[in-house]
Amino acid sequence: MEEKTLYTVTIFSENRVGLLNQISIIFNRRQLNIETLSVSPSALEGIHKFTITTYTDLETIQKVVKQIDKRVDILKAYYNTDSELVYQEIALYKIATDALIEKGSVENLIRKYNIRILEMNDTCVVFEKTGLYDETQQLFEELSKTVGVLQFIRSGRVAITRSKVERLSDMLAEIEETLAQKKNRKK
Amino acid sequence: MKSKELAGRYALMESLKAEGVDTIFGYPGGSIIPTFDALYDYRDIFNFILVRHEQAATHAAEGYARVSGKVGVVLLTSGPGATNAITGIADAMMDSTPMVVIAGQVASQALGTDAFQETDLVGITQPITKWSYQIRKAEDIAWAVSRAFYIASTGRPGPVVLDLTKDAQTELCNFAYKKCSFIRSYIPYPEIDEFNVEQAAHIINAAKKPFALLGQGVILSNAEKEVMKFLEKANIPAATTLLGLSCLPSDHELNKGMLGMHGNYGPNMKTNECDVLIAIGMRFSDRVTGNKNTYAKQAKILHFDIDPSEIGKNITPTLGILGDIKESITMVTERLNEAKHKEWIDSFKPLENKEHEKVFVKEVENCTGDIHMGEVVDKISKATGDKAVLVTDVGQNQIMSARYFRYKQTRSVITSGGLGTMGFGLPAAMGAKVGAPERTVCAFCGDGGMQMTIEELGTIMQSNIGVKIILLNNNKLGMVRQWQELFWHKRYSFTDMLNPDFSMIASAYGIRNSVVEKREDLDKGIADMLKDDKAYVLIVNLEECGMVYPMTPAGDDVTNVLLEKK
Repeated sequence: MEEKTLYTVTIFSENRVGLLNQISIIFNRRQLNIETLSVSPSALEGIHKFTITTYTDLETIQKVVKQIDKRVDILKAYYNTDSELVYQEIALYKIATDALIEKGSVENLIRKYNIRILEMNDTCVVFEKTGLYDETQQLFEELSKTVGVLQFIRSGRVAITRSKVERLSDMLAEIEETLAQKKNRKK
Repeated sequence: MKSKELAGRYALMESLKAEGVDTIFGYPGGSIIPTFDALYDYRDIFNFILVRHEQAATHAAEGYARVSGKVGVVLLTSGPGATNAITGIADAMMDSTPMVVIAGQVASQALGTDAFQETDLVGITQPITKWSYQIRKAEDIAWAVSRAFYIASTGRPGPVVLDLTKDAQTELCNFAYKKCSFIRSYIPYPEIDEFNVEQAAHIINAAKKPFALLGQGVILSNAEKEVMKFLEKANIPAATTLLGLSCLPSDHELNKGMLGMHGNYGPNMKTNECDVLIAIGMRFSDRVTGNKNTYAKQAKILHFDIDPSEIGKNITPTLGILGDIKESITMVTERLNEAKHKEWIDSFKPLENKEHEKVFVKEVENCTGDIHMGEVVDKISKATGDKAVLVTDVGQNQIMSARYFRYKQTRSVITSGGLGTMGFGLPAAMGAKVGAPERTVCAFCGDGGMQMTIEELGTIMQSNIGVKIILLNNNKLGMVRQWQELFWHKRYSFTDMLNPDFSMIASAYGIRNSVVEKREDLDKGIADMLKDDKAYVLIVNLEECGMVYPMTPAGDDVTNVLLEKK
């Protein structure tokens, strides 16, 4: 068996109902587990961006991305390895206020992990940490051991490429150009 | 087009008319009643064929599309009507058949409530369609229909599903139809890379033993002439896949037959001997390649296809040439040197002779005992002047007819290749006859598959469709029985059929028929069947345990061909 790598798949799509289903079916057919998933409107109006991570081999990810790309409402799909990307995750931690006060000073913890405090009241405190998976995980483990974590949630990965060009805008420009040519030919 | 106010159901009718639709296959039901009411006013414009089961509507639309090159259109109701159509939709996806299926859906305010005959058709069909869309507003009908026809028929064709809510059929909208010719997220005809074309021509020019594999893509791209020119210029022997059959006339000197598990001996053996393998509009199905690890390892492989996801999916080519093959092959031909490969082409001959002697003689030419499938097919092909449209069911009947029928013109073979759908033959033949009324359509069915859609004899009766149905009856599920004999220690688990009197069934539908038991009666039966253009069922009772040879066991090397019983 080939070694499995964590791939980040970036998909640009039209903003239409049912696209997530179409994409997840393709992962499902090849028994690929989606590790993280994040969907949001992209910088381009009317176009949505999916960021999905999955462990697999190069050959499989190439085929999967081609099959995603083939769907009519998908504008473009890409895959990257971690070294080609700048990426981030965000995590929220809910801790009982009593437990935190009992522990005493939290200054060290906040400095060490660069924590933001989002909410504080009689019953609970909510921490926010952004970082790589290992970093948010490490904080979770430390809090669990020391003060206990009431609730914990981590987002899917968001990622941008290290290269300078915005790949999708190039592609869109190309498509517009083809359309213009086609119209001219008709005339 | 100036807009006018129309109810959704009339907007649908006008949209279909604008797309040039002339035939619709379908079945009414609760949530599509409004549209059927509008259809009543369009009886003169659309030839509506009322089937007996929705699965048959989809197969008929496939037959219609495959023979004519037009988009097959299906109109159904929601819930069970729609789910009955799933097999045909999946079949069309696997075999790249252009089809638009319009299904009724419960009213939009009832969606998600488990309303009567509600089913999530879009959810169910997303993996088996090119595009699947729910129309909830009458004003979206024109837009969605134009997109549906554009998507179904362009690039690599395939099925599209439109799920039309009941309220969208009844509410009023401003209707103006504009044909779709562009979707920014969809590139049906990828640009051909000239560098790849140069490279491909260079590789073919240097080849000593080139061999071309032709798939249905040749037919879908209307590239039969261009491909023939390509083969002739560089003198390249070729073989077709099951779905590629008839893209090159059977008697063309460069046509070496069919590839695959039950294909011809020569082409399969030569796959692992050629120096350049040129795949054109085919997808290296496992039924063609056998063991992929030993497949054509000695050869440089060139893969011409329109679908980027096919290149490198099953076999990694030396070079993939993406684009419409009508164009890409023409571009390559321009750069080819005229060549002769006489010695290489002649080397197919001994293999052909061997297959002839070991297989053809026993199955067709000089049979003994009960009637064999092969001889029936051969005689019927001859009797039609090799000009008929062949439609098959699935199983031994399919392979035997694909092997022994001969073709003079393209679009002459309609068979369920990818999905292998039993029950396909009879309804697909109806669609083919409707799509090509001037041609003789011969449907070869086994006793198993025939009974999966035998209710369609009713459609044939009501719509007066002149198909010739040849029932190759061995009272067995022959192909499974063959596998049980060869690979499962002759443990014949549930492959015997206790069959009804097929003649009485055909007669009950008022369809002329005859039963042939003896070899000497075969010619008379065939002549009787072909003497006019009316429907006919020719029931041929065969040897019970016939086997299809040659055979490459599933997953074995492509050269491991069994020519006869060990």
